[in-house]
Amino acid sequence: MTKPLSAPLDVGFDYTRSLGPTLGRFLTDLRRRKVTGIRGSDGRVHVPPLEYDPVTAERLSEFVEVASTGVVRGWSWIPEPLEGQPLDRPFAWALIQLDGADTTLLHAVDAGSPDRMATGARVRVRWRAERVGAITDIECFELSDEPADDPVDADEVTMVTTPVHLHYTHSASPTEDPFLRGLMEGRLIAQRCPACSKVYFPPRPACPTDGVPTTDQIELSDRGTVTTFCVVNVPFLGQRIPPPYVSAYVLLDGADIPFLHLLLGVAPEDVRMGMRVEAVWKPRQEWGPTMQNIDHFRPSGEPDAPFDSYSQHL
Amino acid sequence: MRPAAVVGTGQTHHAAKRLDVSMAGLCREAIDRAMADAGVDWQDIDAVVLGKAPDLFEGVMMPELFLADALGAVGKPLLRVHTAGSVGGSTGNVAASLVQSGVHNRVLAVAFEKQSESNAMWALSVPTPFTMPVHAGAGGYFAPHVRAYIRRAGAPEHVGAMVAAKDRRNGALNPYAHLKQPDITVESVRASTMLWDPIRYDETCPSSDGACAVVISSEPTSGRAAWIRATAMRTEPTTFAGRDQVNPQAGRDAARALWKQAGITDPLSEVDAAEIYVPFSWFEPMWLENLGFTDIGQGWKLTEAGETEIGGRLPVNPSGGVLSSNPIGASGLLRFAEAAMQVMGTAGDHQVDGARVALGHAYGGGSQFFAMWVVGSETP
Repeated sequence: MTKPLSAPLDVGFDYTRSLGPTLGRFLTDLRRRKVTGIRGSDGRVHVPPLEYDPVTAERLSEFVEVASTGVVRGWSWIPEPLEGQPLDRPFAWALIQLDGADTTLLHAVDAGSPDRMATGARVRVRWRAERVGAITDIECFELSDEPADDPVDADEVTMVTTPVHLHYTHSASPTEDPFLRGLMEGRLIAQRCPACSKVYFPPRPACPTDGVPTTDQIELSDRGTVTTFCVVNVPFLGQRIPPPYVSAYVLLDGADIPFLHLLLGVAPEDVRMGMRVEAVWKPRQEWGPTMQNIDHFRPSGEPDAPFDSYSQHL
Repeated sequence: MRPAAVVGTGQTHHAAKRLDVSMAGLCREAIDRAMADAGVDWQDIDAVVLGKAPDLFEGVMMPELFLADALGAVGKPLLRVHTAGSVGGSTGNVAASLVQSGVHNRVLAVAFEKQSESNAMWALSVPTPFTMPVHAGAGGYFAPHVRAYIRRAGAPEHVGAMVAAKDRRNGALNPYAHLKQPDITVESVRASTMLWDPIRYDETCPSSDGACAVVISSEPTSGRAAWIRATAMRTEPTTFAGRDQVNPQAGRDAARALWKQAGITDPLSEVDAAEIYVPFSWFEPMWLENLGFTDIGQGWKLTEAGETEIGGRLPVNPSGGVLSSNPIGASGLLRFAEAAMQVMGTAGDHQVDGARVALGHAYGGGSQFFAMWVVGSETP
């Protein structure tokens, strides 16, 4: 069996966080080169500060400044740093108990070599030169017992931006694969459920109604009926087609389920449920394993399909 | 199954951006109000159930873990419920089942969304390789099905605008609502921009930050109680050949089970108020039919006759509903809580006079998850 087709899928967004009074104070102080914890109902000083007490669940409010030096309580060596990690050279992730704190903070230690790391090692904050009010204002910790740089003044922080980027390899399923390879040849491959005889385009690994593999492969024509549609007038982040455009459910002749595609060649106000349409393919040299080989659908000029012919597909 | 009741409700002031609080602070605003309403303290709570819509909406994987302190869940069972937009409703039902089953005496149900931290339209339109990038968020998904409803029911075009105007006016009576538009009219709704034809701007829910919490108990704690007479949840796949997207089977089945369990034979006569998940105006008549309040194709007539307004035969969304506040994960629990408030008589300016039986309803995904409950003022 050939390896199923795959393609990169990158999902990323710059999420924002409104901090509220506790985390806002913590990050404002980091920007000022100070580390601030909070005292819990049992007297323990939590660093980073907790918004609510883990014992009583009450809101906490007694901030406590702790030292910029502390001790390693546990660590793990990272020989090959990954994208987004604090350092681009080998480093240690460490649980660090700052002097004056009762809990540990997870951060990086720039130790150079695992031989120099030890539980019980003394470390101090290395402040980033350009601080914005983020946990990364602590560039990392370094092996030293000397105090870090003195505090400075800086504006209050109420929001942070936390970019999240995920890099996937999206693989087609074994069922999808022949469908996509068919598209590369300009063919529309569907599958029929052996139990209920419904024809799925695109095909599925199993019939959602009967739960059995849809093994019977059939080829469909590139003509069909618009069952229903939406005129998209609204622009939005990540949109690939400039609005306005008609996003239409197309029921190919011989299929039992419609799919969404783009409808052009007709003014949006003239599109109708039941309109007969045909595929407009991109030039063959642009074809790939994708439904985008069909650039769009356009009216075929045939009379509209009667409502009863597609009313079971709405 | 032993009786269970909502004994306290709480919600945040919903807004486009609640930049004054963290996610934890947002949840606590609702929780503190619910616990004060119920007259209970943390030691009275046996377990916590949290609901929230897809994690991509805030970009926080499993927020229930870092929220455990804020939810008062340390040392207690903490469950996360996840059924897309219906999750708030499912959260209420899961919490109810923990009490009804006798596992716990008092359970705190919490649901939230902080939409301002991300962009739900982006999160719902991630372009998958090999597909045609015609998706356009929730509005783009639902608009074709709304069009199909209008065609099938032969509904006049202004009914959607009537729903929107009613819900926004109701929202103006609700101190917690995100949108308060007392002067909105059917004409102004119809004059608003067409976003996803046939859905207009004013017929679309806002994007909100907000949270909701309820305390569910085996016995009254504050004197007030909304007794849970029935709960139902049903699910179906997003797409399959012959699927009815206008009137989904899962919704019909859930409603039938709900009315049977509640001992209700004629919902339109026996239910005094309904909080129904209506993120786009036309879903009011669609769900009136799906829920069995009217026959198929007749839902819009109830709306058009003004019977779904406060003072009508079946007030729908007296709180202003999802069209007035939409912190997605919390929206379902808000429906459930508002139904409870109606029968507890705590709904304030949007109280339906003499409400004794109320429906809370939520749906999610591509109309594939349904959760609902019926609450009543009468002790079982």
